[in-house]
Amino acid sequence: MSNIDKTTADLLDIVTDVDGKAFDPEKFAGAFNIRSNCTSLGRKSTENIKIETKTDNPGLDIRIAPGTKGEDVYIPACVTKAGIDDLVYNDFFVGEGADVTIIAGCGIHTETGEEARHSGIHRFFCGKNSRVLYLEKHVGTGNSAAKKVIDPQTEVFLEEGAYLEIDTSQLGGVCRSDRKTRGTVGKNATLVIKERLLTDGDDVATTDFEIEMNGEGGGINLMSRSVAQGDSYQKYHSSIIGNAMCTGHSECDAILSDNGKVDAIPQLIANCKDASLIHEAAIGKIAGEQILKLRTLGLTEEEAEKAIIDGFLK
Amino acid sequence: MLEIKDLRFTADGREILKGINLVIPEGKLIALTGPNGGGKTTLAKMIAGVEKPTSGQILLDGVDITDMNPTERAKAGIGYAFQQPVRFKGISVRDMLNLAAGKTLTEEEIKDVLLQVGLEADEYKDRGVDTHLSGGEIKRIEIATVLLRNAKVALFDEPEAGIDLWSFNNLIRAFEVLREKRDNSLIIISHQERILSIADEIVMIQDGQVGMRGEGHTIFSRLLCKNEGCADGCGKEGGCRE
Repeated sequence: MSNIDKTTADLLDIVTDVDGKAFDPEKFAGAFNIRSNCTSLGRKSTENIKIETKTDNPGLDIRIAPGTKGEDVYIPACVTKAGIDDLVYNDFFVGEGADVTIIAGCGIHTETGEEARHSGIHRFFCGKNSRVLYLEKHVGTGNSAAKKVIDPQTEVFLEEGAYLEIDTSQLGGVCRSDRKTRGTVGKNATLVIKERLLTDGDDVATTDFEIEMNGEGGGINLMSRSVAQGDSYQKYHSSIIGNAMCTGHSECDAILSDNGKVDAIPQLIANCKDASLIHEAAIGKIAGEQILKLRTLGLTEEEAEKAIIDGFLK
Repeated sequence: MLEIKDLRFTADGREILKGINLVIPEGKLIALTGPNGGGKTTLAKMIAGVEKPTSGQILLDGVDITDMNPTERAKAGIGYAFQQPVRFKGISVRDMLNLAAGKTLTEEEIKDVLLQVGLEADEYKDRGVDTHLSGGEIKRIEIATVLLRNAKVALFDEPEAGIDLWSFNNLIRAFEVLREKRDNSLIIISHQERILSIADEIVMIQDGQVGMRGEGHTIFSRLLCKNEGCADGCGKEGGCRE
């Protein structure tokens, strides 16, 4: 696509890279919309996946037909200029029995010291027995003094037997992020959330999950891994509310480096005696013996730390 | 060749190593054995640079490596398999083997090294080096990392722990192959008879000092001697059971 400049292309490479394969709009067979600086640089719908502009708010309605199998949807967003405050509402309507992968993500690049912001408000309406893998990466690049803010808000509604896996990561360079996830899980539906966060400098990141388990046989597995470096601060709150016979597991692991700080506040609420909820949490610095082991393999202390953090956030 | 000269280590006012002198020649498999708490693992850590000696010298091929840190020692040619392997959240077996080899291994190379330690590559290569592996499995990964290093001096601290009989046979073969290269020295800390029986030399470390030492088969026979009266070693071939 000739209207994609190099900065946008570089950001797309980072946020939409899946298994080492960068997104190529010329060759891509699925549906896509590429958003940059509040406008669409390109869009394609397919027979089964329709992407339409919202009429009430900025953003998209993405309608995935029932029974759609193996198709991908790419909807990355980039901000490449300072002073932009991009707000977008994307709603995903996933038809019964569909099985798709959605690749989103946001990159902000600024050269000046001005603030740039992207707020993505995504709602997932997952139909009966549908299956969705949602991949999302966030990154900030360019002038490290510029404030880059990404505030993703996600709402999920899982009907009977639906499966939604959200794999989200903040790769670094994002100064402020306020991540909110809300949702309800229906009968025999499953929600899996894998979150990875890297903060450095004076970055601040807050994460807040609140999921209601309303359907019998529903399940949630919530895994958060984070690394707080420099003088950064992270606050994690998760609340799993079991209103029916269900299973819930949340796991929060954080590595502290330099003067990094993490608050973790996990919460389990069982409103039904057949709700089975578990939480695990661990916060600490990199174990000295891990560094030592890698050093005995010839890595320097810095290389060892990087390998441990890269692996932890992988 | 590795030379250890009058190595001493004191911690919390307790003398743990009391002047160890050893020469580990190339192409030899040396077994360090002796009672628990005698100083074997401490000695291994000193050689690997994981702990610093209070005094004494360690020379590798005539070069003093005493002040080298663990990274420098690894680059100089020391490999060390920890007695208690470390677990890593998020690092896969494949990642760990690549880190050990210092390159991206081929599928064939991964399969080969895992087979040496008795693991099926397809089942293990993408598993995490964390709580998803049992004690015995992670021990084998630990050993594999050192086999990949092609170290001048490869140290294995109780490699037998948690390893089943079939895998153990593979491991013995892997040690023998390493020895056959002739330019590698192997130091294996062990209480296991099979390992002691293949050692070129056995060195008893007890109370922070070198005790009985000598050719493998001679010392091995003495260690097997049931005569309580010859606790210091009867000195007879095959022991004094005759």
